[in-house]
Amino acid sequence: MSLMQELGQRALDCGVPLSVQLDVTYRCNERCVHCYLDHNDHGEMTTAEIRDLLDQLADAGVFFLTLSGGEVFMRMDFFDILEYARSLMFCVKVKTNAFMIREKEALRLRDLEVQDVQVSIYSHRPEVHDAITLLPGSLNRSVAGIRLLRSHGVKVIIANVLMMQNLGDHTSVKALAAELGAGYTIDPTITPMMDGDRNVLRLGLGVPQLQSVFHNSDLVGDVDSFCAPPIGASGDVLKELPCSAGHTACYISPYGDLFPCVQFPLPSGNVRRQKFMDIWRYSDQLNQVRSITLQDLPVCSTCSHVGSCSRCPGLAYLEGNMRGPSMQDCEKSFARTGIPSANMHLKKNTPPFRGLVQINALLPAEQKPSCSVLDNVM
Amino acid sequence: MTPVYIAKATQVAARSLDGEMMIMSAKDSTLFTLNEVGTLIWQSADGTTPLNEIVEQKICAEFDIGPSEALTDAQGFVNDLADHGILVVSSSPITAAMPAQGAAS
Repeated sequence: MSLMQELGQRALDCGVPLSVQLDVTYRCNERCVHCYLDHNDHGEMTTAEIRDLLDQLADAGVFFLTLSGGEVFMRMDFFDILEYARSLMFCVKVKTNAFMIREKEALRLRDLEVQDVQVSIYSHRPEVHDAITLLPGSLNRSVAGIRLLRSHGVKVIIANVLMMQNLGDHTSVKALAAELGAGYTIDPTITPMMDGDRNVLRLGLGVPQLQSVFHNSDLVGDVDSFCAPPIGASGDVLKELPCSAGHTACYISPYGDLFPCVQFPLPSGNVRRQKFMDIWRYSDQLNQVRSITLQDLPVCSTCSHVGSCSRCPGLAYLEGNMRGPSMQDCEKSFARTGIPSANMHLKKNTPPFRGLVQINALLPAEQKPSCSVLDNVM
Repeated sequence: MTPVYIAKATQVAARSLDGEMMIMSAKDSTLFTLNEVGTLIWQSADGTTPLNEIVEQKICAEFDIGPSEALTDAQGFVNDLADHGILVVSSSPITAAMPAQGAAS
């Protein structure tokens, strides 16, 4: 067990929220086609409210703090927030599109000793990247921001969200990251809108594309290991927790709403009305999430992938049942191994729900969800 | 004997978990955990209290160890942390936060 895993286990045993993502704003200068947020300002927390929240988070034992958005630099007080967070000795990660990072901002981020800065780059080609962000000139500005950060020794990680629009570009984005001296990570997950709207999922990869990604050693490392056949429910695997959401991690919106995770929008309380620790300890919703082990998942507990699946309870929740399967993760398990999940078998043997067929029929052809690709495979 | 003063470096992230400090170095993202004694020294590193006082008042008061042996161990410990850039060690009081020697610029 690594030191980080040991700390995670100890935090779990002690009920400590080791990691928190705080979105300081949903406002953004970009309008990414796949974004799950409403960018209008509905009353963000003030600087004073966020400082008070940070005090509470430090007292609660939070160590890893991710400051994200929206675009964090849309807040004029972002550096006040960051400086205060660092004074409380959080290990701070910042997510930004780097569009607004110039010399002054890069120096300040260096001086405040953030752990790393994560920047989303969708393609090395401006015509592709800018068509996703819908902000002309955004690739050049983001890359310039990364160069400035790197020139001042700030650690940068380029996050490459993979969609149909940019699928062919990941090799060049990875090369760009290497040239910039930045880390590189891929994310093939498109998240439904926080209000449950699933239309953005049509932008995501289908199974054939996921198979191509997951069998690429440049992206996943050891393909044989990454795509190994599932080993089923061996040992105590069914007693394991689905993930850290609500257990040692949570997410707080710019309006103070607390959720188990940024990808798990189950409203669990609001830090403007309640103390953070009261929500963390006593929220019915968080305690409900905590009560679920893999053996409580009616379909997934019977699935051969149960021990190795990346099942996200948040995506399952967004599909209608936090104890149910997440079809996006079923597709990933299938793409890795070629073995359909229990949920996929179930869906195959279940006549289509009439209501869904009617909804699909109302969508233009190009808006149909990518799971139609899966139907072709099966 | 020249007094030794110690202060927490500004380049680190730190938090107590179940009574023990976890410290992340910004220099190389190395994660450290300190045991109970190390945590006590870290928490007492205010830049103005000499190490021998910390040892006598905090360590010897709580643990069954003599001042001389405890101070020798503590000096080795703080030098080790200073080498990793997570503690500042000085022969004079440290009144302002300063980068630790060898830490990331």
